[in-house]
Amino acid sequence: MSTACMTVALAGNPNSGKTTIFNNITGARQHVGNYAGVTVERREGFRRFQGQDLLLVDLPGTYSLTANSLDEIVARNVIIDEKPDLIVNILDASNLERNLYLALQLLELERPLVLALNMTDMAEKAGIRINSDVLRTRLGVPVVKLIGNRNQGTEELLQTVVESSKKTTYRPFSIDYGMKIEAAIAEVTEALQNLTNVKFPMRWLAIKLLENDGEVGASLLNIDGGSAVAMIVGKVRNKTAVMLGEELEIAMAEARYRVVADIVAEFVDSSGRREQTVSDRIDRVLTHRVLGLPLFFGIMWLLFNIVFTVGEIPQGWIEDAVKGFGDLVSANLAEGELRSLLVDGIIGGVGSVLTFLPSILLLFFGIALLEDTGYMARAAFVMDRIMRAVGLHGKSFIPLLLGFGCSVPAVMGSRTLENKGDRMVTILVSPLMSCSARLPVYTLLIAAFFHESVAGSVLFSIYFLGISLAILMALVFRKWMFPGASEPFIMEMPPYHLPTLRSIAIHMWERSILYLKKAGTLILAASILIWFITNYPANVEYSKDYDAAKVQITEQYDEEAAKPLLAQLDQEQAGEKLALSYAGQFGHFIEPVIKPLGFDWKMGVGLVSAVAAKEVLVSTLATIYSVGDAEENAQSLQEALAADAAFSPLVAFSLMVFTLIYSPCLAVLAVVRRETNSWKWPAFSFVYSTTLAWVMSFVVYQGGRLIGLQ
Amino acid sequence: MSKTLDTLLPGEMGVISHVAGTGPIKRRIVDMGLIAGTVVRVQKYAPLGDPIEIKVKNFNLSLRKMEASTITVKPLEGTVQ
Repeated sequence: MSTACMTVALAGNPNSGKTTIFNNITGARQHVGNYAGVTVERREGFRRFQGQDLLLVDLPGTYSLTANSLDEIVARNVIIDEKPDLIVNILDASNLERNLYLALQLLELERPLVLALNMTDMAEKAGIRINSDVLRTRLGVPVVKLIGNRNQGTEELLQTVVESSKKTTYRPFSIDYGMKIEAAIAEVTEALQNLTNVKFPMRWLAIKLLENDGEVGASLLNIDGGSAVAMIVGKVRNKTAVMLGEELEIAMAEARYRVVADIVAEFVDSSGRREQTVSDRIDRVLTHRVLGLPLFFGIMWLLFNIVFTVGEIPQGWIEDAVKGFGDLVSANLAEGELRSLLVDGIIGGVGSVLTFLPSILLLFFGIALLEDTGYMARAAFVMDRIMRAVGLHGKSFIPLLLGFGCSVPAVMGSRTLENKGDRMVTILVSPLMSCSARLPVYTLLIAAFFHESVAGSVLFSIYFLGISLAILMALVFRKWMFPGASEPFIMEMPPYHLPTLRSIAIHMWERSILYLKKAGTLILAASILIWFITNYPANVEYSKDYDAAKVQITEQYDEEAAKPLLAQLDQEQAGEKLALSYAGQFGHFIEPVIKPLGFDWKMGVGLVSAVAAKEVLVSTLATIYSVGDAEENAQSLQEALAADAAFSPLVAFSLMVFTLIYSPCLAVLAVVRRETNSWKWPAFSFVYSTTLAWVMSFVVYQGGRLIGLQ
Repeated sequence: MSKTLDTLLPGEMGVISHVAGTGPIKRRIVDMGLIAGTVVRVQKYAPLGDPIEIKVKNFNLSLRKMEASTITVKPLEGTVQ
């Protein structure tokens, strides 16, 4: 038995249940990263089966292997460049005609392949009976039947995978494209014989060149003698197209579908197939002409309520636990710099982030549920007309919705948009969807400055403002920066599925880990940095001699009367110390710029540090105010803010508006950089959003004052 | 009599006779299996009248009227359910 690790790539259509099968095989042993140079997510996992180590790569889901989208290019480049030992093609058995179209293209790549027919239960329910033996003989590759969401057939699939790896030969496969196209392929193949250093299979290369595949065509020009071949290809293409009366790539795609239809007719018995499925009946309600939109908004409303109302309960527990832990550390450490660093800097900072984990878990639970059930595609369907009005694609709705969770997956999710203009506009406006990291800031400020009865409305107004600005900016960017046609809206409406707990759990786990990694490292680093710049320099020159003043008070008054006076003095001293610290110096430096927005230097410090991650604003304020508040029993941050004269409900609202709009956090800027492959776009994103934030906060604060608000 | 796909009413069926247009949009349409000879059925229109949902090869696909108008179909009679 071979001991070397075997690489297995999973390929398949979107919605073929590929990721479920990947999860079934690898369990939690997986890693999510990115393909080099592009931000298409690369999911890898490990499995040891019968002594054989398997490295599984979950390729992006695609319908075809043309160069139409990034996903398709990535999928086929993995197959060609990385040469996985085996490709497993997952097919939705209830939809074989379209799924086999991809299978044929994988077969044309002439790599070892196993076909896995998934959702065979659904197929049978729909009256489709598949004779897999016929398929096996016809295509010359192993065929396994399985039911991914019940974890049936996983062992058999792995068995087949391991067995196939021992085979050294496999049957070459080719499609008969018909006389005229075959003549063209022969002509191009002959021209290619003169080339050396070709990494693709010859026939495949000829086919792709004839299909006018941009990616393959460009790589041909890099080979010696490639341009001569390109000339021949051009001539053959024109000649054949004239003969066929159709563009060559279309004729070839049609030929593939005809081959598929022949195969399907041989081994699939769909005589019992029902026209209208369960999904269609569900859709009669969910995408109903009249009910569709209200139901959509209702579902969104429900999602938000689950996240924010249910999330509050465990949030309270975590808050208590963190506070208890801080108290415990305080009780066991001598007063001094170490205790201050641990309690105020580290525990306080990370704790304030941890408390929002429940909301984030619930949000991703909701999003995973929408995605896995298949409702997300319906959401795009009912929303497309509206999204188009702002120059976006219905599909843009999905990354924008993700933006409410975190702008990082939102920006990454925009890769599903094939049109560059659509993608760029979505990337630029998705940070305006208020992400969950901004929520801690809102809840803190709302609790401190607004009555419970209006809290919900205030929060809603912030989210609403974000959405409105996103629409406005999308229109502006579309018109001035990315004019041109939008991507065609051609989207599959997958059948509804009952999602598995496992895949939802994995989804939640993945996203929460992303958030916690930020919390664990970036936020911790930021907390310590903020603690440092708010506590140092240690020796500052005060405006008066506090020690002498304290001695004087103790001498003049009895103990009872001296206490409040001493406390006041302590607070004054701490405040002055903070004002003189590095943070205070910087805050004072930028104060003139942010003063028209109603902000003082403390908020300035918070906003600057919160570029690291928006929730840092809360931990910064916590640090600033616990430093500024020297009472024995530290008041909660809320009360401290409410007590600060620099704040008012209007200032708090202006601060929320600014937090909503200004520069996306570092993680998002980094993702924008990778997604656009240029520093220009993150720089632009930073500048435009910060400018917009300043203008909006200015309007809110100055306008509010004009009409007499405080 | 030929019609374009966007003019079929919900519940009506047709056989694709031709896909017009060019470039990646046409390619995507064809990649999804919308080729000459394929039977399609219009399932419904979206709440705001666009896009439309069709059934083709046992799966459901949504596309905008703009794209649907590039697809010529021959209506099949008596197919309203």
